Amino acid sequence: MNSQASGAGDGAVVLSARRISKSFSGVQVLFSVDFDLRAGEIHALMGENGAGKSTLVKILSGFEQPTSGEIILDGHPVKLPPNGAAEALGIVIIHQEFNLAEHLTVTESLFLGREVTRFSVLDRKYMRAEARRVLDLLGSHVDENAMISSLSIADKQMVEIAKAISRDARVVFMDEPTAVLSREETNFLFKQVRKLRDQGTSFVFVSHKLDEVMELTDRVTVLRDGQWIKTSPTSILDGESIAQLMVGRELSKLYPAKREPNVDEEIVLSVDALSTGYVKDASFEIRKGEILGFSGMIGSGRTELMEAIAGLRSRTSGEVIIRGETVPSGDVHAANRRGLAYMTKDRKSKGLLLNSRMTANLTLQSLENHGKLGYLSPASEAQALARARRRFDIRVRDGNVVAGRMSGGNQQKLLLAKVMETEPEIIIIDEPTRGIDVGTKQQIYHFISALARDGRSIIVVSSEMPEVIGLCTRVAVMREGRIVGMLEGDEISEQEIMRYAAGLKKKAA
Amino acid sequence: MDTSVNEEIREIHRRSWRDIDLRAVAPFAALVLLLILGAIVNPNFIGINNLANVATRSAFIAIIAIGATFVISSGDLDLSVGSMVAFVASLMIIFMNSGVIADPALMLTAAVLFAVIAGSLCGLANGLITTVGRIEPFIATLGTMGIYRGLTTWLSQGGAITLKDPALQEMYRPAYFGYIFGVPVPIVVILAVTSVAAFILYRTRYGRHVVAVGSNADVARYSGIPVNRVRTIAFVIQGLCVAIAVLLYVPRLGSTSATTGILWELQAITAVVVGGTALKGGAGRVWGTICGAFILELVGNIMLLSNFISEYLIGAIQGTIIIVAMLVQRSLVRKS
Repeated sequence: MNSQASGAGDGAVVLSARRISKSFSGVQVLFSVDFDLRAGEIHALMGENGAGKSTLVKILSGFEQPTSGEIILDGHPVKLPPNGAAEALGIVIIHQEFNLAEHLTVTESLFLGREVTRFSVLDRKYMRAEARRVLDLLGSHVDENAMISSLSIADKQMVEIAKAISRDARVVFMDEPTAVLSREETNFLFKQVRKLRDQGTSFVFVSHKLDEVMELTDRVTVLRDGQWIKTSPTSILDGESIAQLMVGRELSKLYPAKREPNVDEEIVLSVDALSTGYVKDASFEIRKGEILGFSGMIGSGRTELMEAIAGLRSRTSGEVIIRGETVPSGDVHAANRRGLAYMTKDRKSKGLLLNSRMTANLTLQSLENHGKLGYLSPASEAQALARARRRFDIRVRDGNVVAGRMSGGNQQKLLLAKVMETEPEIIIIDEPTRGIDVGTKQQIYHFISALARDGRSIIVVSSEMPEVIGLCTRVAVMREGRIVGMLEGDEISEQEIMRYAAGLKKKAA
Repeated sequence: MDTSVNEEIREIHRRSWRDIDLRAVAPFAALVLLLILGAIVNPNFIGINNLANVATRSAFIAIIAIGATFVISSGDLDLSVGSMVAFVASLMIIFMNSGVIADPALMLTAAVLFAVIAGSLCGLANGLITTVGRIEPFIATLGTMGIYRGLTTWLSQGGAITLKDPALQEMYRPAYFGYIFGVPVPIVVILAVTSVAAFILYRTRYGRHVVAVGSNADVARYSGIPVNRVRTIAFVIQGLCVAIAVLLYVPRLGSTSATTGILWELQAITAVVVGGTALKGGAGRVWGTICGAFILELVGNIMLLSNFISEYLIGAIQGTIIIVAMLVQRSLVRKS
């Protein structure tokens, strides 16, 4: 499985970090870290959230300057230019959050800042052809004339990668590139990355997905709490040992024990023939204390369905019934009042106010619990925060930190805490662990399990199959806007889910 | 991680020096600098009479700017406030001239209520056009700015509208020229309006909603906040503040014309921005706004008292202030 590159073990070092330390307003986040990247290798950078991976990547790409230590490029100490100017040196970063202007076309995005001109007029024809060439090289079907805003997240990702390639990058940093890609798209991306690697391009691959790291990378460097822990060839490690290096302790079982649901429990939510936009005729029910999974490809309509149930979008037909009561369409408040809460997968743009502190975020959805007649009691809010921090183990050095400065894992815990503040009976969690480290993942799985044991009903929407399989006692599979399968017990397996998701099998009933 | 609840609460309350947001402090520092500068330029400047005078004259802009703080914090903008002052003031005077109520005291009370309702409705119109009509606030209020101004010009037939009844005039005069415990009424009104506004913005659910909507409307929507209602109410608050400013304005001159309140929207927005509120929404600073309004008036006063800058340059200086304020704010954004 390990695709050891021909020259991966002995390429010359292109870029390296020597004893890099970094502090932000007095808080040290990197402690004398060493890192080197050889020509033509794919180097995984692993660590829990807050381990310092993102900071190291930013330093090595010039977006941050180290507090101390050296960066060496081609054997010479350098000071990398800031704000992406290091691209001129062939060092390119593909951001976790896309850096694409929504109003440009694909071609315009690829050539942004280095437009080709003829007689000082834009040479559109040439640029379009060149864009097509790069996209074909990647095997992408994205139309070079399409607007960025019209692309799916996966296609945007491809455009980002095409942008890097078209800039003759020698060193490419990829921060969680597969988080938004389907398995197929991921395979494709990996094929292209290997091809470029064999031509001498070096990649730094930041990911939380252990199987992908095992599959793709040549070497692994693990950071923990801002310290360098280990660098070693991927081939002599396995997923378990990497996870242990990252966490620094034995990972007990990732998923809590499943508890079979009681079939006599009342049905708390039933969705009947719901249609909205892309979603057609979706029906399902969930019992008290049950964990129901929703699987399917990206774009299969899972999020749209859940948003319609939660009242965040109007439904065109069908009913949502909570404990026998029909919920009006497109009314978040009504769904909330009946004890249903939806936790978005998009914590940074739809979940948290990144410029606000933890308290303001935590209580935003439940302000009526903190004072009378619209007045807010700071003491009551502070108590809620203290409670939530203990309950969900939100770890921050400073209680006044703004949400945007917290690690992904802590943000996710804060978002979960925020949703739980409304004391919902039915909780829809969309992508519970996107972009968070394995230690926090495990914690979140245990929170979910505990909530179900409390008698709450939980819908887990996830693109990570092991997660759905490990947590849920029933799994619905969606394809092209429809629920095409409902799996129970022993039927729940990766192969079976894939069969439904890929359209090889359809609901018998 | 096993600290007790109380300890954690104490930690949350603790504010170390480096936590102080420089952006919140900057306008007040600028104010102190201006006071020192003024004292150097002319010793009469620092006298209590002169300063009280400046504060009194800043009242209109200050009170309007308080409303603008809500609108801007929720991520919108209202360009119509200057025209709205002229319109509401004209309506109020016409109402008082109509003589429908004989008793002056009753008439005055009714007129005050009338102005408050008129202002609120003007704000409500702005809010509904922006939210229900889904028109950019800049364009929506650019439209109503023209409408309110045009209606005023039409009502006054291009001239002035003057309060006729001397009894009413006499009774209403103290609302601007009077004192409460030795403090000019307009200053008392500024303080009262600001205190109420600060309470609403910082201590109520609605205030929290305003900030949430302004910093990220999507997050607000996903948190079950009625985004359009929050935005509309902010426009109504703006209309109310305009009405309160009108209540002070009418007794001052007893008349309005088509040119009343011209460019006040720019001064109000300048006061808000100088006070540290971000124009893109998400952070409102009520006391900063008052400070901003006071700074604008002080600069004019210093120019008047000094002999080396022509007071005709006041517009240019105020324009410079808003640009400098933005530059200073940006340089103070805490490094990430």
